[in-house]
Amino acid sequence: MFELSSTVWILITGSLAAASCALVGSFLLLKKMSMMGDAISHAVLPGIALAFLVTSTRNTLPMLIGAGAFGLLTVYLTEFLSKKDRLKQDASMGLVFTSLFAVGVIIISLFATHVDLDQECVLYGEIAYTPWDRWYWGETYMGPRPVWILGFVFLLNIIFVTGFYKELKVYTFDKELALALGVPVTLIHYMLMGSVSLSTIAAFESVGAILVVALLIVPPATAYLLTQNLKVMIYLAMAIGVASAIGGYYLALLVNGTIAGAIAVVTGMFFTLAFLFSPSEGILLKNKRPALGPLKAQLPEIDAPLIVK
Amino acid sequence: MIDSLYEFFSFTDPNVNYVLAGTVLLGISAGALGCFAVLRRRALVGDAVAHAVLPGVCLAFIVVGDKNPFALLLGALIFGWLGIIVMDYIIQNSKISPDASIGMVLSVFFGFGVLLLTFIQSSGNVNQSGLDAFLFGKAASMVPLDVIVFGTLSVLIIICIILTFKELKLVSFDIGYAQAIGYPVKKIEFLIATLMVMTITVGLQAVGVVLMASMLIIPAAAARFWTTSLAYMVIIASVVGAFSGVAGSFVSYLAPAMPTGPWIVLAALSAFLFSFMFAPKKGEIARFIIHQKNKKNVNDENILKTMFLLEEADERKQRGRSIGEILKRRRMYPSTAKKGLNRLVRQNLVEKYAGQPDLYMLTDKGRKRGQRIVRVHRLWELYLTDQVQIAGDHVHDDAESMEHLITPEIEAQLTKVLENPLIDPHKSKIPES
Repeated sequence: MFELSSTVWILITGSLAAASCALVGSFLLLKKMSMMGDAISHAVLPGIALAFLVTSTRNTLPMLIGAGAFGLLTVYLTEFLSKKDRLKQDASMGLVFTSLFAVGVIIISLFATHVDLDQECVLYGEIAYTPWDRWYWGETYMGPRPVWILGFVFLLNIIFVTGFYKELKVYTFDKELALALGVPVTLIHYMLMGSVSLSTIAAFESVGAILVVALLIVPPATAYLLTQNLKVMIYLAMAIGVASAIGGYYLALLVNGTIAGAIAVVTGMFFTLAFLFSPSEGILLKNKRPALGPLKAQLPEIDAPLIVK
Repeated sequence: MIDSLYEFFSFTDPNVNYVLAGTVLLGISAGALGCFAVLRRRALVGDAVAHAVLPGVCLAFIVVGDKNPFALLLGALIFGWLGIIVMDYIIQNSKISPDASIGMVLSVFFGFGVLLLTFIQSSGNVNQSGLDAFLFGKAASMVPLDVIVFGTLSVLIIICIILTFKELKLVSFDIGYAQAIGYPVKKIEFLIATLMVMTITVGLQAVGVVLMASMLIIPAAAARFWTTSLAYMVIIASVVGAFSGVAGSFVSYLAPAMPTGPWIVLAALSAFLFSFMFAPKKGEIARFIIHQKNKKNVNDENILKTMFLLEEADERKQRGRSIGEILKRRRMYPSTAKKGLNRLVRQNLVEKYAGQPDLYMLTDKGRKRGQRIVRVHRLWELYLTDQVQIAGDHVHDDAESMEHLITPEIEAQLTKVLENPLIDPHKSKIPES
């Protein structure tokens, strides 16, 4: 039952990665923390290298753990440095992830003789090889390993987002209100960052760090231009991600290039379309709408006292 | 080790000298420019530009057909520029936030570049090998031409910064004001962006696409700890960048199998960590010391105030107070109170009463200090109730912290605004100054 053609497996892998990333990426986008995905996807390199050195196999579980630990470390260090108020968040993020990446490259080159791992494979990944990464349960062929890993992470993300949807929503839009309502904001924050780390790691083994960044940011940004409803935005982002994965596969076939790069290009095309033609936000249609009434009429009446005694 | 250090700095090996000169020049340019990127909260734009130049390199290769360095550089410059323009256009014309816009340009441009790269590789052009030096950097194979390019660029950047320093400064700190007083803001931003794209494009070949961002960010971040002046910050960041270049080339000289780029970054990182810990005033250690000192000061002032309040209550100045009596009036650890009293005795603000070991009394000097703290406390309470219209039972805690911060100037202003008051909101007398 698992003997599908390699095309189907590649499409499934790409779609799972896209859907997973779009799901958590939507919250990152609204929190204005999109670059965290970029930071995490680079900063996990030392985690992967260390896991490889300790276990000396390319076993998935130790790598996921190592990478996950370094993903959360990146989030923590970034916040630690920017909380001290001497560095802005973007600068501290850039400092943390490039330094960790440098450490990773050094670890790899120190043990280069017995590490079958290089920075190219982290940056690119190659989704076309997934069908050959076969996974057997006893004697039975179960399908490619990355599909199972991505499927598992996708499931975790769905459980997290549906289970904590209300909390996530209020945390995303109004952190102060969330605090006042007693939502465990720090816990939700780190769970979201944990989900981002897991999705990033699971996805980049097959599709590469840069495509992960594209999948995390571009489909949610496209959906953001098309709707104002969070639920609709998430579904749209996932649909756009999956469509990009499928479109990217065929674009890659067409030009005989890498699938990961092609998927990123297709996400960019979708964004361009939304940016130009979105009914509410598109720059071509926005200017054609009738001019708004005088500003005065739109101001809501404020009857609350300005100073609360 | 010592021998290789000596060999390295004797500058006899020309190959080593090229690498050294190239990385040092890169460190200086990136360090100086990075200050403006970091201050303008555009630190990660460098990261995006570094990724965005890849399609330019590939397209230039497809058009020219070989690895002509000037064609590749030109392609890279154009696409680096295009990346910045697209980024800004998206930010200005949609509700997409800057970070998402940066991430989109980074990943989509880079994805396009990788697609072109694989397309070139599969097209079987034999000249293509080595194109990916643009991605991962090859500082160790620097040639004289690279040094000339780096050198020209550094000189150009330094001249530009010196000539337009005033404009750069204003744009970095208050772009709205710069615009309002008629500075050519657009032109200055164009200049910064152009210099940045140029630095990144040539720097990429030395340290690689991921680490290029750190060459811009880390020296500036380290310099921020040492100074509040932009001019010094730029100079310090350049020095840190140059130091990182030297240290990185030295490590790759000791261990030729080691990539230079990551070691340059780690050298910059250690400079950052050193600044983070040891910088005067802003470093962790200096902050800790200042914090402890403030804590002691506040504590001592509280003791003086408490002793003054005790005197005020029983109207007896010549009376010894035990630690127990002080603690009854104000809660603190007995050990803290004891230490504070010892310090105050040494400063001649408190004296032992009639030679008894555990009874204390304010000296005239100490009484004055205690009185002043009580005075500003009550002035502040009155100010809050009278002028800010806050209820009387809410003002005490605020005054508790303000009493340690109010300077004589603020005290004088409060006295003036409140028209030299005598009674505080809780009907206590405000002592004279």
